Amino acid sequence: MLAYIIQRLAESALVLLIMSFVVYGLIGLMPGDPIDIMISANPDLTPADGARLRALYGLDRPIGERYLNWLGAALQGDFGYSRLHTRPVLEILMPRLGNTVILMGISLLLAFALALPAGIIAAMRPRGVADAAINLFAFAGISVPPFWLAILLIILFAVVLGWLPAGGMPATGAGAWAQVEHLILPVATLTIATVAGVIRFVRASVMEALRQDYVRTARAKGLGERQVMLGHVLRNAMIPVVTIMALNFGALFSGALITETMFGYLGMGKTIYDAILGNDFNLALVGLLLATLTTLLANLAADLCYTWLDPRITYE
Amino acid sequence: MSEARKYGLAAAAGAAEGPPRSVGAILWRRFLEHRLAVGSLIALVALALLSLAAPLAEAALGLDATKVDLLSLKQPPSAEHPLGTDELGRDLLLRLLYGGQVSLFVGIVAAFCAALIGTAIGLLAGYFGGTLDTALMRLTDGVIALPLLPLLIVLVAVDLTKLGVPEALTTSENISLYRIVFLIALVGWTTVARLVRGATLTMKAREFVRAAEALGANHARIMLVHILPNVVSPIIVATTLSVGNVILLESVLSFLGLGIQPPMASWGNMLTGAQELIWDAPALAVYPGLLIFVTVIAFNFLGDGLQDALDPRAVK
Repeated sequence: MLAYIIQRLAESALVLLIMSFVVYGLIGLMPGDPIDIMISANPDLTPADGARLRALYGLDRPIGERYLNWLGAALQGDFGYSRLHTRPVLEILMPRLGNTVILMGISLLLAFALALPAGIIAAMRPRGVADAAINLFAFAGISVPPFWLAILLIILFAVVLGWLPAGGMPATGAGAWAQVEHLILPVATLTIATVAGVIRFVRASVMEALRQDYVRTARAKGLGERQVMLGHVLRNAMIPVVTIMALNFGALFSGALITETMFGYLGMGKTIYDAILGNDFNLALVGLLLATLTTLLANLAADLCYTWLDPRITYE
Repeated sequence: MSEARKYGLAAAAGAAEGPPRSVGAILWRRFLEHRLAVGSLIALVALALLSLAAPLAEAALGLDATKVDLLSLKQPPSAEHPLGTDELGRDLLLRLLYGGQVSLFVGIVAAFCAALIGTAIGLLAGYFGGTLDTALMRLTDGVIALPLLPLLIVLVAVDLTKLGVPEALTTSENISLYRIVFLIALVGWTTVARLVRGATLTMKAREFVRAAEALGANHARIMLVHILPNVVSPIIVATTLSVGNVILLESVLSFLGLGIQPPMASWGNMLTGAQELIWDAPALAVYPGLLIFVTVIAFNFLGDGLQDALDPRAVK
């Protein structure tokens, strides 16, 4: 077990290393470089100054050498400064990672809490009225553009009803309600965007489990439907659901990026988006790597969940 | 999955009463039973025809879809402008129709290209197995696990001239269209690859494939002539379902200002300024999103219906 975790962590580190090189290279291919931006911001700088600055910062070196320099510094914990915020990138990213974890965590929990009963009800009477309604909702949920959903929620709850703020973050030192208030619409958007897919997986997975022999046995020995469902079906049905959710963690992060951008919520997704648009290369690079790391760790956590859900699985 | 489909079909053909029907006729009847899918197909064909008729509508209304008219901004519907005008005084109906051309084109072409890549990877991995299989499937899992949207934002921002793409292409007004199709195809092949690999593994063990091997057919012939036709239905279903996802992805990127570039209209980039327009012109924030929603849900219903027709044993 421990050996398995270590092996997976080593694999994750390798993926992260590859990603860092690919993203470093891609960022080098983006229009302009930091010196161009300095020059355009300061009319006193001549092209000759630009060339000198490039040599000073090592930007005239080949990309491989620059990457190795960056990697060497990064391994010692120096990830560089953000151009937009003029502070070390980790100082910017860490609180925002926290915000994103709050947004994604609440949405994911809510999505599961809603999808489990909905999926089970739908699976118990396939093609019944409840199934049709739940199915229709699930189709609508996977088909609605999340950013448009956000616009509609803003129109309804912020503009027409005026109940909730249209976006932004609570002022520092604001009370608990202000914190909650600013989370409701982003969480609602991300939850609706996520729950629909989960419902479909839960429904399919519960229906599959209901057909198994052990369910027939459980019923034959006189267990009530409730016990069959909770004790026998659900646990087995959860295994594929957890797999899919872990695989979709990257998609959840993409959803969070859209939600954060729409509501001006200061999380990782919005930070990465703003950094790329604002030519803040260091921030974008480290932000992307941090997002990838989060995804990889979530995948690992899901794998470890299996052993708890399904004692038949052991990792050697 | 495909095995079950084969037996299901054979059973249906054998059990059919009256004159024997062709496989195509059976599938078509089964598809027609799925009312939502039939309705969606009709709606999509209508939408495609309307979009293609955009130049005719332009001529009939005597308008120019790209003409900016600063004297008639955000007009309500009138005889001259059936749905009113946008924030630059352009006719909303015509923009929606041209946007439809772009969204449907990107959705269908990118999903098709992604399916080609996925089919090739899935066939190679499933047929040859071994190290190649391991490597390709690791790659697939890796791409699935990544937070795609932030990565796509980096990829979209890459300066094509630095990649050595000919200038004639980079300055073409359609470049944003080609780029989005290319990038979505580049990341969208994973589902098809996994499905095709799975189906290929089952087919490889079947007698007719062994027979072909015994007769001395080479690898390419076995893969393309013997295996591919038998794994085509999961490809069709997955591709149809992915058209909806591609349209969503395109609309998100265009909305963020990174996909289809103005003045070319796409439903996503028509919503870019919508948040500021909610008060004075809610129609501008509602119609493009509604069209994305309807198109995507129609493709999802269509894919679902095709799955029922082609793969009746799948868990429903």
